[in-house]
Amino acid sequence: MSTDTSKVAASNGTDAAAPAGKPTKAGAAANWADERLGVGGLSKFLSRKIFPDHWSFMLGEIALWSFVVLLVTGVFLTLWFKPSMAEITYQGSYAPLRGIDMSEAMASTLDISFDVRGGLLLRQVHHWAASLFIASMMIHMMRVFFTGAHRKPREINWVIGATLLLLGTLEGFTGYSLPDDLLSGTGIRAADGFMMAIPIVGTYISFFLFGGEFPGDDIIPRLFTIHVLLIPALLLALIGAHLILLIYHKHTQWPGPGRTEKNVVGYPMVPNYISKMTGFFFITFGVTALLGALFSLNPVWKYGPYDPTKVTAGSQPDWYMGWPDGALRIMPGWESHFWGSTWSWNIFFPVIVLPMAAWMVVLLLPFIEAWITGDKREHHLLQRPRNAPTRTATFVALMVFYAAFWAAGGNDIIAIKFDLSINQITYFLRAFVFLGPIAAFIITRRWCISLQRHDNEKLLHGYETGTVIRTPEGAYHEKHLPLPEGEAFAMTVRDRGRAGDEPELKKNGKPTFRAKLRAFYYDHDVDKPTAEELSAAHHHAEHEAHELAAHEGHQVDGHDFDDHRHSAIEEPLSK
Amino acid sequence: MRLLNRSVGRLSRHRRRPLAGAAVLLVALLSTGGLYAAFSPASQAETEKDNAALVAEGKELFMINCSTCHGSNGEGITTQNGKLFGPSLIGVGAASVDFQVGTGRMPMAQPGAQVEVKEPSFNQDEIDAMAAYVASLGPGPAVPDKEQYDPESYGSEKEKEEAVALGGQIFLTNCTACHNFTGAGGAMPRGGEAPSILNTDPKHIYEAMLTGPQSMDTFSDGNISPEEKKAVISYVESMKEQPDYGGFNNGALGPVTEGIVAWVIGLGILVAFATWIAAHTTRTNQTKKGSAK
Repeated sequence: MSTDTSKVAASNGTDAAAPAGKPTKAGAAANWADERLGVGGLSKFLSRKIFPDHWSFMLGEIALWSFVVLLVTGVFLTLWFKPSMAEITYQGSYAPLRGIDMSEAMASTLDISFDVRGGLLLRQVHHWAASLFIASMMIHMMRVFFTGAHRKPREINWVIGATLLLLGTLEGFTGYSLPDDLLSGTGIRAADGFMMAIPIVGTYISFFLFGGEFPGDDIIPRLFTIHVLLIPALLLALIGAHLILLIYHKHTQWPGPGRTEKNVVGYPMVPNYISKMTGFFFITFGVTALLGALFSLNPVWKYGPYDPTKVTAGSQPDWYMGWPDGALRIMPGWESHFWGSTWSWNIFFPVIVLPMAAWMVVLLLPFIEAWITGDKREHHLLQRPRNAPTRTATFVALMVFYAAFWAAGGNDIIAIKFDLSINQITYFLRAFVFLGPIAAFIITRRWCISLQRHDNEKLLHGYETGTVIRTPEGAYHEKHLPLPEGEAFAMTVRDRGRAGDEPELKKNGKPTFRAKLRAFYYDHDVDKPTAEELSAAHHHAEHEAHELAAHEGHQVDGHDFDDHRHSAIEEPLSK
Repeated sequence: MRLLNRSVGRLSRHRRRPLAGAAVLLVALLSTGGLYAAFSPASQAETEKDNAALVAEGKELFMINCSTCHGSNGEGITTQNGKLFGPSLIGVGAASVDFQVGTGRMPMAQPGAQVEVKEPSFNQDEIDAMAAYVASLGPGPAVPDKEQYDPESYGSEKEKEEAVALGGQIFLTNCTACHNFTGAGGAMPRGGEAPSILNTDPKHIYEAMLTGPQSMDTFSDGNISPEEKKAVISYVESMKEQPDYGGFNNGALGPVTEGIVAWVIGLGILVAFATWIAAHTTRTNQTKKGSAK
């Protein structure tokens, strides 16, 4: 068999493998750019960058693409929005508000909604994308923490992510406040109250931000600058840093055959991920556009312009500010009076102290965990949530804590929709915010430990086949088969025992606080089986399989013993 | 009304014919005369006699259906430990009866935080009779005339539009704090609620403002004038007719349900897509079909 070599590029070391002659237009352009910007090396590096594949790695991408949608739709909105509190008389197309005095901000929001072509759609797309931006950041954070992707060397990226969450929330709140409708005005009024509740400096902060007494003429233009310039620039910079660190650290991966702490098994950016990412961007844009087209969001024309004399039932912030609002709603009305001044603990604690403290806790989680475990190794392989029971339980407890306040933020809606008393809901939640997380912690930890035991069971005795075997003696048992090797390998990659050094002791020989925490962290943690245990179990299984082999392959049709059976009637009553 | 407008539009094609003006005048005169004859108040004596009969009929209904709680003479009943079993109805006026019985709140199924709205137990004639009886116990607000609350009774479209704009501002100042910005309702302490007014009859909205049922304030005519009350009703009615410009209104309850939509529908779809995208890939641990084991 001869080979036709005429179509193979001639390359014997002297010429380049590329066909000689004039380069294509695209090639020429690429060469021009490479000679001046050096993009060749960078794009080669990025295009061959390997990423592992898993659905949960794409949650952060939802946030990234929602942010792009926010930038695009936000630019559109700034073309028509007038960030001014100058009072004008509305004369636009929405009849029920015609002739009403309102700020230019509100009037231009109504114009965007009713007189600018596609304006209402894009306003709603912008607002839905904002909701999804923060929601997807949160589920991305859950994924990272539950799988242990926050461990060394990724702590800084966790801090950046937590900062993005805080900035995203502030960005959302400033955007929510811009239209100057009844809802956003109520929100600003509430924010003014929150600031004033800060002891000593509160009033000064409020006057500084509002340029005098609430509401003044400055707050909307100031929030506008913060919303379209300051926070977006910070978000953009931090998202850039987040992604650069992601590339620098390399993406974490699930354990499996061939996957180690030193490599990344997956597909390259080009062509795999570039197409997947582009596709997901269009899907995200499509979903936000569909939401914007089908679901109403913040119908400002129904709220009408803000006026400090008005308020509406169902005045809530957007969901991401809902939990401090809930804390405020269920807080007992504690106030102190010293030297003629009022100290509003009932506002200061739930809205200022609690969110800042919660954010600090989230920020410090990786460091707290590393301090407790004493783990100083790098981790690039992910952990299943069950294999870190205390960590998983801690985060679930935090989630329950958050959800309880969330529910409190909607207590009035819950009351009217489920025919409950708003007071009873409040009393219940006052207890539940403390007891709920404790219960969630205990249940989740035990659940994880049970799952660890189940994993060991599967490793030692194989998986349940669903085939029930009856031995000649009449005993029944289920047939187990060994796990596929790949799966068993992935399950046994995890560390054995405690990560850090042996806990240090105090001088008097008693364990330190840190040592006690470490003991608690690893308490009841189930280790994977040892090699001896595994081989013993496999030996046992082989023996059993050998014994059962004789009975293997016999179909049971229910009539196997028909010939041997004798009915009770034939038997004599007494012998 | 929209139907009427349409027929007027169809008429307009014939409006310029020479006899049209005369014909319209004739029809108008005849119908006005006929309507006057049908609805004109009868002589004073006759009205009084009718009213006495109505009060008597109302008293009979009252004795059977209401007196258990409100007392045989509508004076109210106080329990032995000093609590109110049923309040006195002296001076509550016909409007109160028309509202409470006409919306099915009375007779009450059971005492509780909130008197539930049900299917009315009486027809309008019976309600009128009971209203007349209660009105006879002491002076109180009367049932409003149709033109006092009917948003269709404005002279022109422009007048109505102005009333809607005015009513909207009064509504947002006085009503939304409890009933929510769309009128979808809100919570009150201890299991009570400011009910949704989205399905409430304009007459009953007027009467509620006038009499202040349950936790609601009484908006007397000195507080919100009759014209302003009508404007509020016009706004509420116009909101019912208004399409939801932004799409599905999520129950018109504000940011709570919007947040639920974002999390469940928006994020739900996107996570489903993420799973779908990740599932469509070549796998490193997948064996080729047909290849040897």
